[in-house]
Amino acid sequence: MSVLVDEDTRVVVQGITGGEGKFHAEQMMEYGTNVVAGAVPGKGGQEAAGVPVYDTVHEAVEEENADTSVIFVPPAFAGDAVFESLDSDLDLAVAITEGIPTQDMARVNKRLSETDTRLIGPNCPGLITPGEAKLGILPGNIFSEGNVGLVSRSGTLTYQVVDSLTNRGIGQTTAIGIGGDPIIGTDFVDALELFEDDPETEAIVMCGEIGGEDEEEAAAFIDDYVDTPVAGFIAGRTAPPGKRMGHAGAIVSGSGTGTAESKINALNDAGVPVGDTPEEVADHIEGFLG
Amino acid sequence: MAMKLHEYQAKQVFADAGIPTPASQLASDVDGAVAAAEEIGYPVAIKAQVQVGGRGKAGGIKLVDDEEEAREAADEILGMDLKGYHVGSVLVEEAVDFTNELYVGITMDRGEGKPVAMVSTKGGVDIEQVAEDDPDAIAREHIDPAFGMHPYQARKAVYDAGVDQAIARDVSSVLTTLYQLWDDRDGADAEINPLMVTADDEVIAADAVMNIDEDALFRQPELAEMEAEAASTGDELEQKADEYGFDYVRLDGNVGIIGNGAGLVMTTLDLVDHYGGEPANFLDVGGGAKAERIANALDMVFSDDNVDSVVFNIFGGITRGDEVAKGINEALEQFDEIPKPVVVRLAGTNWEEGMEILNEDLVTVEQTLESAVQRAVEYAGEVNDQ
Repeated sequence: MSVLVDEDTRVVVQGITGGEGKFHAEQMMEYGTNVVAGAVPGKGGQEAAGVPVYDTVHEAVEEENADTSVIFVPPAFAGDAVFESLDSDLDLAVAITEGIPTQDMARVNKRLSETDTRLIGPNCPGLITPGEAKLGILPGNIFSEGNVGLVSRSGTLTYQVVDSLTNRGIGQTTAIGIGGDPIIGTDFVDALELFEDDPETEAIVMCGEIGGEDEEEAAAFIDDYVDTPVAGFIAGRTAPPGKRMGHAGAIVSGSGTGTAESKINALNDAGVPVGDTPEEVADHIEGFLG
Repeated sequence: MAMKLHEYQAKQVFADAGIPTPASQLASDVDGAVAAAEEIGYPVAIKAQVQVGGRGKAGGIKLVDDEEEAREAADEILGMDLKGYHVGSVLVEEAVDFTNELYVGITMDRGEGKPVAMVSTKGGVDIEQVAEDDPDAIAREHIDPAFGMHPYQARKAVYDAGVDQAIARDVSSVLTTLYQLWDDRDGADAEINPLMVTADDEVIAADAVMNIDEDALFRQPELAEMEAEAASTGDELEQKADEYGFDYVRLDGNVGIIGNGAGLVMTTLDLVDHYGGEPANFLDVGGGAKAERIANALDMVFSDDNVDSVVFNIFGGITRGDEVAKGINEALEQFDEIPKPVVVRLAGTNWEEGMEILNEDLVTVEQTLESAVQRAVEYAGEVNDQ
C-alpha cells in the first residue's frame, strides 16, 4: 500500500526536453514509474526519453491518459506550468522547480482551492513509493519497501533520515518531500491525513524546519486526529533570526515566530518525540515498531 | 528571500508612483550633505542609508537646525558602523511637522498563502512590537491575489484601524497605491512607517520599506539594478558567496560547514552545536554541484579567518560523490599545507566512487554524519587549545 503514487500512476513530464526533465524522466522510468508522455510547448510530435511529447498537458491527458504531472520547468515559466496542470483535470501535480516567484505561487494557491488536483511542492524532491514508482528527483536506491510514512520540507534531510531507517532494515510506505517554499500545495497536515488513512503505514516521520507555522498546525492536527505514532525532527535550532537558511521558507522572523523551539514544544505537547539527531529519529521509529 | 531596497531607493519608487514623500537628497560626503541641507532648508533629518531596523536608536538619524549641526551630524553618521553595517551614504530630508503617525503595509501572509494589507494608528514605533502587545491595534485585510485589492478593502482597513475621517480618503489612496506597487514590483514587504499626518491633514511617507522577492528579480530589471547598488554595503564574505552563487550565512563560531540542501546543512549546523562546537557558517552548494563549485565552496570557508576546521557533508541525490571528491582534491592539492583540517562524509549517489577518488592524505574521512561532525568539533577544539 502507499499514498498518492504507485505503479499504475500515469505520468506526463512537463519540461521533458530540458536537461533535468529528460534525465529525471529516464531515472523515473528506470525506477519503474509509468511515464507516458512529455509536454513542452513547441515540441509536440517529437519524442523524448522514449515517450511522445505534446505541446500541451491537455493533449497528453487526452492521448495518453496521463493522470499525474511532474514539472521541471524553469522558474520564470513554472507558475504558468502549474496552472496548466491544474486546469488539465489531473489527480496530482508535482512541482520540482526551485525559485518560483512567491506572488505566482499565491495565484496558484488561489486556483488550487478551486480544483480537485493535488499539488506537491514547489521546490521539492517529489515523492516515492519504494519498489513501485517515484515522481521527482529522489535517489531510489536508498529507499526500501516497508511501513513507515515520511513527510519532509527538505530533500537531502529526507535522504539522511531514510538512510538511517533503511540501514536498520526499516522500510517506507511512501516518502513525500513537500518543499521548502513559503507557499506550497500539500502541507504537513494533508500528508499526515493521508498516512493516517493508509492501513499499511504503521509509523510516521515528520521532518520540519524553521520558518512559518506549519509544524505547529501539524502538531495540533496530530493531537486531535492522528493515532499512528509520529516521530519528528526540526532543522534550524541554531539559525539566527532574520537570516534565510537556504530555503525561501526557512527564516525565523524578527518577531520570533517560526523558531525551532516553538515547533519542538508544539510537537512534544502533542506527544510527538523530536530527535536531536537524525539517528535519534530512527531510534524512536524503531521503538514504535517494536 | 527578500532583497531590501535602501530607504532612498524605496522612496524614489514610492514617489514615482504618486505617494507623497518629503523633499530629500542622497549624499555620500559631508560637503554634499550640507549642500543638500542648505538647498532643502532647515530643519532637516540626516539619515544613515543602511538596511537595518532601529537606525534612530543606534544614532543613525539626526535632526539638525543649521549648517553647523548638519556638518557635525553628517560627519558623525557617514562612515560609522551601524549594527555591523558601514554607512556609506545619508539621506538628507525635509523635516516634516506632524501631528500624528500612522502605519500602512502590505506583506505576504504565508499561512494564508495570500497578501495582507495592514493599517494602524500606532505608527512611528516598531510595528512587530505593536503586533505583539496590542494585536487589535492593527487592522488586517486579506487580498485575493487573483483580483487584487478591491477599493472597498482599502477603505475597510482604514476605517477598521480607526483612522480619522478627515484623512481616511488619502490614507486609502496611499494603501491602494502601495498594494499596486507591491503587486507590480513583486514585493515581499512594502511598508510606510510612519505615514505622517500634518496639521493641514496631509499625509506624507516619512520612511519607506520595499523588499523585493529575489526569485522575481529576473522580471524586475530596474529593481535588480538597485539591488546591485544596495548590496555593496553587506558582509564581505556574504558578497563573495553571492558571486559564487551559494546560499551562505556567516555565523560566529569556528567550525566551517559545507553541505548540499538547506535542510541537511541546517541539520549539520545543529549537530555541531549539539556536540559542543560552534558553527561558523551555513553554506549550501545546492543540487548537482560539479567539482569546480565544490572547490569554490572550500575556498569560501577557508577565507573566513574564524574557521578552525571544516566539515563537508554531502548526501547525493542529484549531486554525485565522485564530482565532490574531485573538487575536494583539486581545492586541497594546491596547498603545500592544508590550511584547516577538513572532515568529509559522503553518502548517496556514487559515494563509493567518491571515496576511491578522495585523497585521504588531505582529509579525514568519516562514515556517518554524526561522527563527521564530532570529529570536526574535536579538531576545532584542538586548535583553540593551542
